[in-house]
Amino acid sequence: MGECHLTFLKQNGLDTVIAFFIKRLVTALLVVLTVSAMTFSMTFLTGDPAIAVAGENATQADIVRIREYYGYDRPIPVQFMSWLGRAAQGDFGQSLYLNQPVSIEIFARLKTTMTLGLSALIFALVLAIPLGVVAAIRPNSLLDRFALTVAVVGQAMPSFWFALTMMLWFGINWRILPVSGTDTWAHFVMPSIALGYFITPGVMRLTRAGMLEVLRSDYIRTARAKGASGFSILFKHALRNAIIPVVSLAAVQFGFMLGGSIVIETIFAVNGLGFLAWESIQRADLPMMQAIVLVLSVFYIMLTFLADVLNAWLDPRIRIS
Amino acid sequence: MKHLQLALAGALVASLAVPAFAGKSDDTLNWATDKEIAVIDPYFSVTRELVIMGQMGWDGLVLFNSETGEFDPLLAKSWTWDGNMAVEFKLREDVVFHDGSTFDADDVVYTVNFLLNEENGVPAASIYNWMKSAEKIDDYTVRIELNDPSPLAFSYLSNEISIMPAGHYDNAPTGADGSKDYSSVAPVGTGPYMVADSQTGKSILWKRNDAYFEGGPKGTPEIGNIRYRTISESNTQLAELLTGGLDWIWDVPKEQALRMEESGQVSVVNEKTLRISYMAFDVDGDSGQDFFTDKRVRQAVSHAINREAIATELVGPASTVIHSACHPDQFGCTQDVKQYDYDPDKARALLAEAGYPAGFEFDLYGYRQREFTEAVIGDLAAVGIRANLNWMQYGSLLDLTHKGKTPINHMTWGSGSVPDVGAITPHFFSGGADDPAKDPRTAEALARGDTSVDSAVRKEAYAEALGIIAEEAYWLPMFTYAKYYAFSKDLNFTPTSDEIPRFFEATWN
Repeated sequence: MGECHLTFLKQNGLDTVIAFFIKRLVTALLVVLTVSAMTFSMTFLTGDPAIAVAGENATQADIVRIREYYGYDRPIPVQFMSWLGRAAQGDFGQSLYLNQPVSIEIFARLKTTMTLGLSALIFALVLAIPLGVVAAIRPNSLLDRFALTVAVVGQAMPSFWFALTMMLWFGINWRILPVSGTDTWAHFVMPSIALGYFITPGVMRLTRAGMLEVLRSDYIRTARAKGASGFSILFKHALRNAIIPVVSLAAVQFGFMLGGSIVIETIFAVNGLGFLAWESIQRADLPMMQAIVLVLSVFYIMLTFLADVLNAWLDPRIRIS
Repeated sequence: MKHLQLALAGALVASLAVPAFAGKSDDTLNWATDKEIAVIDPYFSVTRELVIMGQMGWDGLVLFNSETGEFDPLLAKSWTWDGNMAVEFKLREDVVFHDGSTFDADDVVYTVNFLLNEENGVPAASIYNWMKSAEKIDDYTVRIELNDPSPLAFSYLSNEISIMPAGHYDNAPTGADGSKDYSSVAPVGTGPYMVADSQTGKSILWKRNDAYFEGGPKGTPEIGNIRYRTISESNTQLAELLTGGLDWIWDVPKEQALRMEESGQVSVVNEKTLRISYMAFDVDGDSGQDFFTDKRVRQAVSHAINREAIATELVGPASTVIHSACHPDQFGCTQDVKQYDYDPDKARALLAEAGYPAGFEFDLYGYRQREFTEAVIGDLAAVGIRANLNWMQYGSLLDLTHKGKTPINHMTWGSGSVPDVGAITPHFFSGGADDPAKDPRTAEALARGDTSVDSAVRKEAYAEALGIIAEEAYWLPMFTYAKYYAFSKDLNFTPTSDEIPRFFEATWN
């Protein structure tokens, strides 16, 4: 494969590769800029932020004071440019509610969300890949049907319902797992399963499809003809190639899980970024909301960019297209 | 092999077993709400949770007694009014702060001066800007001068003005923009509990202050530790309560509360609160839908809504229907005003008289407990008034209300737990942005009540304003809110209507 890449580079030149990366990078940056502008504007669509910040029971004088203090009386484009300039230097301002720098709080919460996201991803891969392989080895068998059932259930079941059901059985009825919090690794078990199960179907179906395609290919037939063992064919030759698209899917899904963990973090009181996002919306903490959306978007876009690059590296045809 | 599997399963269960944080066994009362608390300072965190924890960690000069309706001395031993504009407090001499320093007049003067200094940017100025100055007379005597006669002064001194040690904020760190960050100063008070550990947005652990003075109205704290946790999801709070991870929760949805009560696993109490529900009419027709400029239409709506059914069936047994623009438990809140009983026939007759025999269609706005507002819509539909529901966030709705764009808004008001009409009616009927009618008669009467400390004068003035509001049907006062509390059977706890749970009074059964 390495030789193939070299040949491709020689044929198409380094310029093509650099142009591909630059094109993708510029697109990613434009998406980040668009997302941040939209986020910033949308927070003002819901009405006067000064009223939201002042909260219930605030007097008119309190609201006017807050509007002036936070500069909400300035034109929105002026506020946006000022925010963007500071954000580019890593300064997202001060949280209106937590009263500390937004960047410090986001960094602290990101660790928890990363832990949850990674453990959910590991759970999903450990469950989905073997199931996908087994389903491909015996297509339309009972095992395949079982794997399909797992996929359909995972896709159809709302994650909040699955989370609460687990909490009911493992937390309340059997009392073998803690209901909420992040004090020990045991606290991460239920949230990881609830979050990871949702992406299991996609990974499993992709593994199955990839395996089916690879198992029918010429080089596998050749390997069989040469007398290679079943295990060797399956894992050394077939899975290695079939799993390539799964790797890029996993990267994108990881980004999705970082942003999409709001429900799971809220249910299990996991003090992560998703929970912080939800709370910030509730309490109209504008600097925090804007920064979280931006940070998560950047993560998602970065992971998508990496997946593109990975795919392009693995499959030179993508670079041409 | 089977034995091995069983042993493995057993080990797994043992290793994952829920750690026993909670309850009587380790003398720790665990309670939770959905709020993240990052700032442990009663002045720089304007949340209900900090009002509650403020009472645990700090003391004021006085304490409101919800049973007698009077103010008990707390850090003050006694006080004397000098006319309407000054009050002199004699202070206790046996109080120490959590850091070991002794409490005296300097601490009161420092706290008041800190609040009054605008440069310090203490939010919610209304709780302290009634004070003009504080002066030390001797080590244990303080005189507070007022800007104007302020009948709410003692309410604020009780719930809001916590005394800090002199110099408390002086060494506050400086933020990136050069301003002092007072909110990050380590909490030090005189209260029955002191902060032992805090994890931003996750939990705050308070331990009993064994040096707390005796003979005060807060009593002597019995429970060793009180831990606050942030749990956003109400189902998760319930699960934690049932499994012993929590000992106390509130705001339990009615259906869940009733189910828990039936199960008998925990104690469930429905207690009234000072929050009321009301509907405000667009009296001057600014919204472009001018139906409610006609008093008869406002009265028709008032007769059409079955408030009794909403209060008892949806809110809870502690909820009651109200007729005045205030809470019946508040000082000066007379219910002796024009009342609008549930009478759909009368509503239809009034509508016909006003020229709407077939009813009409309009936009109704709400933000809190959708099922209550939907019940209102159902009642209105029964008399031919078709309401289109606009459900919004509080901030957005208030913005629209201030711009006069809402024909009817269904709102609530909690009065900041202040048991006085002065904390609600003047806010809505003194001509401000929230005043739907801007009637000079109500503004004048309320001003009289707000600037007198004579109880009789105040009662008379407020009664006059409340009478006008009811007669003109500027508002339809709906009902008082009630909260469901659920707590461990091990806990001896009594809720109060001011929504400030007194954990320092709680004991184990």
